[in-house]
Amino acid sequence: MTALLQVGRVSKTFGGFSAVSDVDLSVEEGEIHCLIGPNGAGKSTLFKLIVGTYAPTGGHIRFRGQDVTQAKPFARVQLGMSIKRQAPSVFKALPVRQNLHIALQHHTAPDRLEREEERLLELLALSADAAKLAGQLSHGQQQWLEIGMAIALKPTLLLLDEPTAGLSSEETRHTGELIKRLNAGGMTVLAVEHDMAFVRQIATAVTVMHLGRTFARGSVEEIVADPSVAEIYLGVPHAG
Amino acid sequence: MLNLLNGPQTMGRGRVFWICAALVLAAALVYPAFADPYDVGNFGYFLIWIFMALGLCVMWGLCGMLSFGQTFFFGIGGYAYGVLAIILGNGPAATIVGLFGAVALAGLAAAVLGYFMIYGRISGVFFGIVTLSFTLALAFFLGQTAGPEWAIGRARLNGFNGMQGMSPLSVPWFGGPVVLEETALYYVLVAGLTATYLLLRVLANSRFGNVLVAVREDPERAELLGYDVRRYQLIAFVLGSALAGVSGVLYTSWGQFITPSSIGLPAAAMPIIWVAFSGRTDLTATLVGTFLLLVGFQTLTIYSQETALVVMGALLAATILFVPRGFVVGIGELLARPRRKRLAPALSPDDARP
Repeated sequence: MTALLQVGRVSKTFGGFSAVSDVDLSVEEGEIHCLIGPNGAGKSTLFKLIVGTYAPTGGHIRFRGQDVTQAKPFARVQLGMSIKRQAPSVFKALPVRQNLHIALQHHTAPDRLEREEERLLELLALSADAAKLAGQLSHGQQQWLEIGMAIALKPTLLLLDEPTAGLSSEETRHTGELIKRLNAGGMTVLAVEHDMAFVRQIATAVTVMHLGRTFARGSVEEIVADPSVAEIYLGVPHAG
Repeated sequence: MLNLLNGPQTMGRGRVFWICAALVLAAALVYPAFADPYDVGNFGYFLIWIFMALGLCVMWGLCGMLSFGQTFFFGIGGYAYGVLAIILGNGPAATIVGLFGAVALAGLAAAVLGYFMIYGRISGVFFGIVTLSFTLALAFFLGQTAGPEWAIGRARLNGFNGMQGMSPLSVPWFGGPVVLEETALYYVLVAGLTATYLLLRVLANSRFGNVLVAVREDPERAELLGYDVRRYQLIAFVLGSALAGVSGVLYTSWGQFITPSSIGLPAAAMPIIWVAFSGRTDLTATLVGTFLLLVGFQTLTIYSQETALVVMGALLAATILFVPRGFVVGIGELLARPRRKRLAPALSPDDARP
């Protein structure tokens, strides 16, 4: 089986600094794949390379069997990727409903738009705030709204850059349940995450990055049991 | 399509608004019956400029591109019409070629300039600087075309004195073509403006308009929702600039003259003042505010042109300092407040960037 997303020996340098070097990553269809690693490991840079915000210095990216290495971000999104960025980036000056509308109008027939909006608002527990400006929502609600916008595109691959950053533990648990529900509905998920409890809750596969390289890959149990992974997190120099 | 006349991108909605709009239109239509044709023609002058103001509203207010180039395209449209009308002479055929040719040329110029700016990732304040540079270059260039070598066919460009003597627009009519002057021009302007306003409202609330607003708010997010942001920006820029071309043609036809001073810096600042004062995010506010400012400016100019310019500058400063979202939009929201509690506000204070 070919992977849904195949990142092959991808590198990115900024000036002389190598943020990501020779990274391999493959995400199989149906996975909830978590990308973990200490700060500065290159996770967010890798995400930006996958979605096309940055052009790689080397390597290739294949998505759904197509080489998208040179494709513009909007073309990758049209092909079935969708991303929730790290800091909530909703359209703050627009009402919540319009935020969803702008994302939904891509794939939704005009006569079904309103029903889809309602469905998403309910899913995100934002029905009561539909008319509020997105900028007036709490941080957690904005995170959810952006997840809502990302899933409104009905992506085959949902990219989540720190979906739980700044959320309470209750909200984090809810977010995990939402992600699992979406995955059960057929959506493949790739998430950058710091919160190991959350990773344990959702991940079916884990890739660890360290200093711009792929460090380890496996199931959650394997990764958690790997002493070298604990070392890089605790800052103990890794021998070899 | 009619349901798109109302929506998140347009403030005026509801029965009261549309009744008021119909009354204004009715008053505009019966006005010539009570006025001298000469005054009607002068009144039409105010309407000419509103096209370019609406164009700026689309690209700046909806899509977030501050163009200082409205008079650049106004000039291209106006001069192109002048040249074509002098070469082709009188009659409806000349009008069609002159009008559509000139507007198409302005649109083409916008497509080329816009392509290099937008795909060259020029944005924000630099967008304004580049468009202003082109505007000033065109004004300076036309200012030095006094010599006889600067002619296209029979049409002399005439430097600072500008072109004159081109035939005005005319339309075929029962019993011979009608030259669009005074009352006839006025009715065409009212009809054209009404149609443009309504079509732009539909556009603003359509799928396209939603994307423009998304691009204004956060271009990167809009692109990550799968929209080819630069293409939308280019279309908005061409549309808005072509509307400036329409104003240019109408202006040239109205007075049968055009000079480089209608392109240069003071003229180029005017559309920005009108639209900023009115409230750039709303078409209705732009229409009403621009009209009021034009009437006010003209009234003041009769006494002193310097005073009029100073007042315009002061109004721009006051807008930026006190009501960054625009005076007319502010007043409109005050009027609508009790009735619009349940509906989402079209804008937020967060949008209050100058």
